[in-house]
Amino acid sequence: MNMKNEAGSKDVPAAVREDSDIVQILDAEGDVLPQASVPDISDRQLLELYETIKLARHFDQRAISFQRQGRLATYAPMTGQEGSQVATSLALAEQDWLFPTYREHAAKYAHGMDLASLFEPLRGHREGYAIPEGVNVMPEYIPIATQVPQAMGMAWGHKLQGKTDTAVLCHLGDGATSEGDFHEGLNFAGVFDVPAVFVCNNNQWAISVPRERQTASETIAEKAQAYGIDGVRVDGLDPLAVYKVASEALEKARNPGPGELRPTLIESVQYRFGAHTTADDPSVYRDESEEEVWRDRDPVDRIETYLYNEGILDSDLESEIQDRIEQEVSEAIETAEQTETSPDNIVEHVYEDVPARLEQQRDELNRLREKYDDGAFSEVLE
Amino acid sequence: MSSTASTQTGQKAQSLTLVEAIQDGLYTEMAQDDSVVVLGEDVGKNGGVFRATDQLYEEFGEDRVIDTPLAEAGIVGASIGLAQTGMKPVPEMQFMGFMYPAFDQIVSHAARLRSRSQGQYSVPMVIRAPYGGGIRAPEHHSESKEAFFVHEPGLKVVSPSTPYDAKGLLAASIHDPDPVIFLEPKLIYRAFREDVPTKPYEVSLSEAAVRRDGSDISVYTWGAMTRPALIAAENLSQSHGIDTEVIDLRTLSPLDTETITDSFKKTGRAAIVHEAPKTGGLGAEIATTIQEEALVHQEAPIKRIAGFDAPMPLHSLEDYYLPQAVRIQDGIRETVEF
Repeated sequence: MNMKNEAGSKDVPAAVREDSDIVQILDAEGDVLPQASVPDISDRQLLELYETIKLARHFDQRAISFQRQGRLATYAPMTGQEGSQVATSLALAEQDWLFPTYREHAAKYAHGMDLASLFEPLRGHREGYAIPEGVNVMPEYIPIATQVPQAMGMAWGHKLQGKTDTAVLCHLGDGATSEGDFHEGLNFAGVFDVPAVFVCNNNQWAISVPRERQTASETIAEKAQAYGIDGVRVDGLDPLAVYKVASEALEKARNPGPGELRPTLIESVQYRFGAHTTADDPSVYRDESEEEVWRDRDPVDRIETYLYNEGILDSDLESEIQDRIEQEVSEAIETAEQTETSPDNIVEHVYEDVPARLEQQRDELNRLREKYDDGAFSEVLE
Repeated sequence: MSSTASTQTGQKAQSLTLVEAIQDGLYTEMAQDDSVVVLGEDVGKNGGVFRATDQLYEEFGEDRVIDTPLAEAGIVGASIGLAQTGMKPVPEMQFMGFMYPAFDQIVSHAARLRSRSQGQYSVPMVIRAPYGGGIRAPEHHSESKEAFFVHEPGLKVVSPSTPYDAKGLLAASIHDPDPVIFLEPKLIYRAFREDVPTKPYEVSLSEAAVRRDGSDISVYTWGAMTRPALIAAENLSQSHGIDTEVIDLRTLSPLDTETITDSFKKTGRAAIVHEAPKTGGLGAEIATTIQEEALVHQEAPIKRIAGFDAPMPLHSLEDYYLPQAVRIQDGIRETVEF
């Protein structure tokens, strides 16, 4: 499935240009590379891929702007990474499970999460973390790499129960590959040969620490070798290539060929165009010129050009799609801004039933809320 | 930043925030002792996510201010190793909620290498970590889990509540021959300024501070809760004539039992304020210590004003979770009027 990238093309960033194999289908402009085989995707699916990526970009811009207005708390932007997020999720079957980190907003949406619910935790409401029945998405993982052994465990559970038609796709970042949990999870995945696909979204930066300081390995994909499983590098800003690689890895997880192990580590080579979170200022630790090089390979532009080239998209359809996504995001924001939470939520869902001792603490809080004005609780502590 | 400027201008003190005092404290210690090194995630070029290590990388270079891979067990384990070579590592854990991968290194080794080797080896190291709620942060960024570390013999646990103390306690921690968990109340990182001497100085790790003298009740607290406790004391003094003594523990382990009990013997009443969940929190240890040492002076049940026995909620509810001045006042009144 691997093919060589056009070696030495000067618009290809160093991390993509490394001489190891990397899967690419579209060039920087969005034209199909010679010898590339475009995955078998219907026009309808291609448009869904495009529209969801466009929606993710718009969601990101609105979220950042709302955070700046003080209407949302800290947000982890995903611009530059939506193509890979959406492509991996669209490669999933409905029954497959998704393990997202705090940056995989688009991946969650593309696997069935409601858009409004993605805004709610950013407004400080835990209710948005509740996953609707039938949507196979775990709540986001913030402690780094902790999802890796858990994703392995879920895939293992499916396998032990004979449900290998269900695969698990686990996201992680380049920084996560330094944590012990990454090693332990992938080691178990190999030893117990579970139907799991691990997608390392290598966006080159773990806050301020560049990829080359995270590991002395030349690539992240090569770490798979140590666990006896397949490692694949893909151009993470090429949605078609990511879709192809993810689909093949998921198929292998379900139906491995003779002598093949089920798990795969995919290194999706990307770039974090924005800040780590809205609390971060990348100008302190990296050059803007670096960002510009990657901007030339923007996944939104590439998939758009491809669809125009193929005659699947025209300007009328493009503006229709643009209107639709803007409306969908606006409606989601409106819904999220109307949701209320209650202090009772503090004690709820800690256990299946609220223990008597905690019930007492809730009563005490409610006594104080009745005695004093609710505003007394929002006095600034400092 | 500040330190370079003050050294150049020959100032004797500067008006600093708590986080600036931490930076100044690190600068001061690193300038006078080459064996002190800072390491962690984003502490170098980025100057720390809260800027606590700002300018240190530029001043002391990449061998003393070290950006590490993202691995807390690696950072602390490596620091224990560095300490065996005569270096004094000051590792940073980016948030207390992300310390747990390092827990094994801390409790199984940093805390016990001295006793295991019968005094032959030790771990002079200061693990810095921002902790506590109130800054509208995402999940895992607002925890107060000091009790985990207080429970572990062999560790010292420190939490400053003022810029002056932050620099002095950090110096004492770095000079201390044993491992110190240095917990920084990030809610008040930039809340107020205070004159902080430019010269090196220590604040003792064995003395609690009496922040306000009083005769009716003793309030025990630390870190970011010291300010709402003082506000509550002031409010009650004016509204109800209640004279509250406020004790800032500063060092949570080992506890300064003498200052705790002396205050209680004077007032006969106590309230303990902490952000951490009530059950198994440090408040229980303080209350029991008081009963062991000064039961005959007790005139009312000891009140705990603490976080709920529930995970820290997201920011829209954190004001209800954290002890606010209003809750502290109510608890003080209940205890005084018992």
